[in-house]
Amino acid sequence: MESLLDITGGVLLVAGAVFLLLGGLGLWRMPDLFNRIQAGAKTTTLGTILILAGAAFLHPEWGFKLLLIGIFLLFTNPLSSQVLARAAHRRNIETSPQTSVDMLADAFSQKATSENDLSEKAGSDKDAEEKS
Amino acid sequence: MTAIGLINRDIVSYSNQCIAIKQYGELLLDTKTRPKNGVRKRAVLFVTLLLFWVMLNGTLAVDSFIVGIVVSLAITILFCSGLSFFTEFRATPQAFIAGILYYIYFFKELIKANFRLAVIVLSPLMPIKPGIVKVRTRLKSRMGRLMLANSITLTPGTLTMEIDGEWLYVHCVTVESTDIDEATAQIVAGFESYLEVMYG
Repeated sequence: MESLLDITGGVLLVAGAVFLLLGGLGLWRMPDLFNRIQAGAKTTTLGTILILAGAAFLHPEWGFKLLLIGIFLLFTNPLSSQVLARAAHRRNIETSPQTSVDMLADAFSQKATSENDLSEKAGSDKDAEEKS
Repeated sequence: MTAIGLINRDIVSYSNQCIAIKQYGELLLDTKTRPKNGVRKRAVLFVTLLLFWVMLNGTLAVDSFIVGIVVSLAITILFCSGLSFFTEFRATPQAFIAGILYYIYFFKELIKANFRLAVIVLSPLMPIKPGIVKVRTRLKSRMGRLMLANSITLTPGTLTMEIDGEWLYVHCVTVESTDIDEATAQIVAGFESYLEVMYG
């Protein structure tokens, strides 16, 4: 029974390590920052959860705390990736030439121009009033 | 000339009205200015934090408990408008069932995401076509939208980058559709049906 737990735990640890390795490979091979964040966010989440699960099989008495760590990870890992990606996009970090569409940049430029239009209209409005 | 001026004035006053309505909405959403539910929300946050503290410590000793109370209280006062696990969660049986189904679906998608990424990373040519598409969500609550954004980030080939009201901007490793409705059906719909029951 004990050896079965040990074997399951070991397999989970190795699987987690493999996913983390793939994530590292993804960070190295992906062409731009956003694709790298994608590779990092997914593999670190699953990889770390598998390692925590493996540790829980090897040391069942740690199980509950490991579960709590897993929950925190599940909530904070994607959030930090999103905030990083958003900050990078706001600072106009270059996307790779393969990028086909960028609706976020389009949306921001549209917003900026419509605000300019409104202020110009407000200005011309005042001019018209002064003239009349 | 005056006609154009009038139209322009209408546009400006309309946009001012929109801004006023938006500001009023923000005032209502801000916990500092909203009188209702403020105390209850803080109590929920405080109890959640304290519960996690006790569970992580694994003891109910008086000294660690007092430290936990002080820290939880400080966080509750400083970050009262923040979100915690049970913010806006609907405590109904349907919501719990939806929650369980949601996590099963979520882990399935997470594992799928990792295998898809492994295939991309290991293939010599890297078959990717990245892009940022816009999708729409029906979810109204802040926590529901946050959970949706988190879920999208951990599912195959997608990463939420910005939330602007009901609009989400999603980075895709492989863009399949730039049409808003089609992309919404592909990226959002799976999680939305569960989260709608859980948070609304």
